[in-house]
Amino acid sequence: MAQHTLAVLVENSPGVLARVASLFSRRGYNIDSLAVGPTEDPKVSRMTIVLNLEGHALDQVSAQLFKLVNVIGIQEMKESGSRQRELLFVKVAAKRSEIESLIGGIPAEIVDERDGSCIIQAVASNKDLAELVKKLEKFGIRELVQSGAIAIEFGAKTLAEQTAIETGLATSDTHQQTQDYQN
Amino acid sequence: MSNEITGAQSLVRALEEAGVDVMFGIPGGAILPAYDPIYDSKIRHILVRHEQGAGHAATGYAQVTGKAGVCIATSGPGATNLVTPLADAHMDSVPVVAITGQVPAPAIGTDAFQEADIRGITMPVTKHNYLITDPADIPRAISEAFYIANSGRPGPVLVDIAKDALQKMTTFSYPKRAELRGYRPQIEPNSESIKDAAALIAQSSKPVFYIGGGVIKANAAKDLLKLAEVVGAPVVTTLMARGAFPDSHPQHLGMPGMHGTVAAVTALQKADLLITLGARFDDRVTGKLSTFAVNAKVIHADIDPAEIGKNRYADVPVIGDLGPTIRALVPAVEAEFKKNKPDLTTWWRQMNSLRTTYPLGYNEPSDGSLSPQYVIERIGQLTGPDAVYVAGVGQHQMWASQFIKYEKPRTWLNSGGLGTMGYAVPAAMGAKVGLPDTPVWAIDGDGCFQMTNQELVTCALNNIPIKVAIINNESLGMVRQWQTLFYQGRYSNTDLNSKRVPDFAKLAEAMGCVGLLCESKGDVDRIIKEANAINDAPVVVDFSVHRDAMVWPMVAAGTSNDDIMIAREMAPDWDSQEL
Repeated sequence: MAQHTLAVLVENSPGVLARVASLFSRRGYNIDSLAVGPTEDPKVSRMTIVLNLEGHALDQVSAQLFKLVNVIGIQEMKESGSRQRELLFVKVAAKRSEIESLIGGIPAEIVDERDGSCIIQAVASNKDLAELVKKLEKFGIRELVQSGAIAIEFGAKTLAEQTAIETGLATSDTHQQTQDYQN
Repeated sequence: MSNEITGAQSLVRALEEAGVDVMFGIPGGAILPAYDPIYDSKIRHILVRHEQGAGHAATGYAQVTGKAGVCIATSGPGATNLVTPLADAHMDSVPVVAITGQVPAPAIGTDAFQEADIRGITMPVTKHNYLITDPADIPRAISEAFYIANSGRPGPVLVDIAKDALQKMTTFSYPKRAELRGYRPQIEPNSESIKDAAALIAQSSKPVFYIGGGVIKANAAKDLLKLAEVVGAPVVTTLMARGAFPDSHPQHLGMPGMHGTVAAVTALQKADLLITLGARFDDRVTGKLSTFAVNAKVIHADIDPAEIGKNRYADVPVIGDLGPTIRALVPAVEAEFKKNKPDLTTWWRQMNSLRTTYPLGYNEPSDGSLSPQYVIERIGQLTGPDAVYVAGVGQHQMWASQFIKYEKPRTWLNSGGLGTMGYAVPAAMGAKVGLPDTPVWAIDGDGCFQMTNQELVTCALNNIPIKVAIINNESLGMVRQWQTLFYQGRYSNTDLNSKRVPDFAKLAEAMGCVGLLCESKGDVDRIIKEANAINDAPVVVDFSVHRDAMVWPMVAAGTSNDDIMIAREMAPDWDSQEL
């Protein structure tokens, strides 16, 4: 099992999020995070889906997603070739002076302080955010809210330009994709 | 404005533009505006007795004609009654367009009378669906629905239309071509993959054609015949592909799978190459997947990329329509064979030995009662390969797939993927509407028949003279067979008592059909001929058969195809085979 990030361009039509969610639920794929938002084209939305699964299952997920009529394109965002960030807010029971030194190293700032409590806003990779949260734990985390990841591929080429995509071609050499069962 | 029409009129005009000649349905509150212009339309509307019947009828119509079948229902319960046939059509890749009325747009989400979120409900069981609240969107949605249903891997599409969208005024403009950014089925196969496939075929000494229903959907049966004869390999046709390759052809080993022939099952198991065309490695074919065809490389050709590698790794995937795919394979294989043509003599000797040693067969009941297999075999023999045969789900379905000989595509209809009991009568009705001059026999079970027989009223009133053979073993026969084999004969809730109640012949008469009863072997031919001679009314024959007959061969669920049984506790004598 490994984490994979898929960028999915979808038509901005009613029910499209339900279709994607229904597909993941029906086929038994677990989503680690999901972020949906607008793109440069008002008719198109972009989903960033982070999943934990085996390599060959990723091909199957992509192929099943691509079957949805409202899905325009899919691309895996590889860690080495893309920028991937999440947004975090944490409310901790601490004063600004106690935590200021801890939040260095990543783009983070204290955006509110009152009644002995601070809100820290941070934009970073999932891993860096997890480290920050760990450091803050000793003060007592009162509230935590974190977005799903969004990702963009490096270079001049856009996802929308990559209309033709590789789907469904299993790249694993495993001969059996489904576990045995009695039906 | 004079060129304004209602959304309902727009809907009916769009259906006419889409080439619809018949639809099956029932009106109700939310869809009622549409039924007013239907009254004036040239489209034939057949008023069914249950929406499930409308859905299966649309499916049967589509399966024999190759054109999308159309069903129409109202909101709420009307729409939810379509869910089973939509799921059925989805599993078997049948083009169906379902039109449903929805409560008026302002009422959506308020739990209004007869409101159900049918778009949400049918998302996982349709190829695509729509909720239309603006009448201007109706023609485009209908045009897209037919395009999506018929193209690529066919499937059902539902168009849910709010009542006020049907009532409001709009202008009509029908898009001749649907433009869908996210839907571009690949038709032409990649030439490299065709070359790779041909190369594998030329290296194989134990190839098998594993043929699925996709060949029928693609209208590629003639192309398959050509390719199969060029390659010279054994052919097996799955439950959904019966008729895709003539049963009389010497290369045909029959059906593989849970109730397949020993030769067909073993051919897949022992092959070094599966030439998979429009099949999907269903569990009913593969048995225990980890032991399925372990020495075989796989060529997997399908129009749906998501089928590639879903259950079984494909060494050579070929994505595209099977027509162009198979037509491209013929010259590619011929070119490879000029360099090297493998000798299949040993392979054929092994297969022929299995075929002659373990043909399909059955024992007549020792008490002189009627054998279900005999009845089904005689219906096929006396009616011939030009007729259409439609089965329900269970033992009778398996016997109909085994003992009727299919020579042509689109002559065998059944619910393969979903296994929908009650499919036969309404699907036969739809098939008969699609092919009014062709005899249509529903081979049904007494359990299945009691789920949807109300559509015989529809048949009787609308001059749809189907024939129904009820293979009456007074039980849920396949479930009973599993209870016999795996539950120590504890027949929990499988006894239907249907030789006492209902009286099927009387029930048929009450529904405006001819009702006949057959209890002995000597009467079988006479009664089948009598039924075949009736063309002005539906006919129902209650064949009272022996209840303990079982379907063989059998690969028990979860076991390996290697463990196929030819009768209870009887495996083939593998030691005497050369394999």
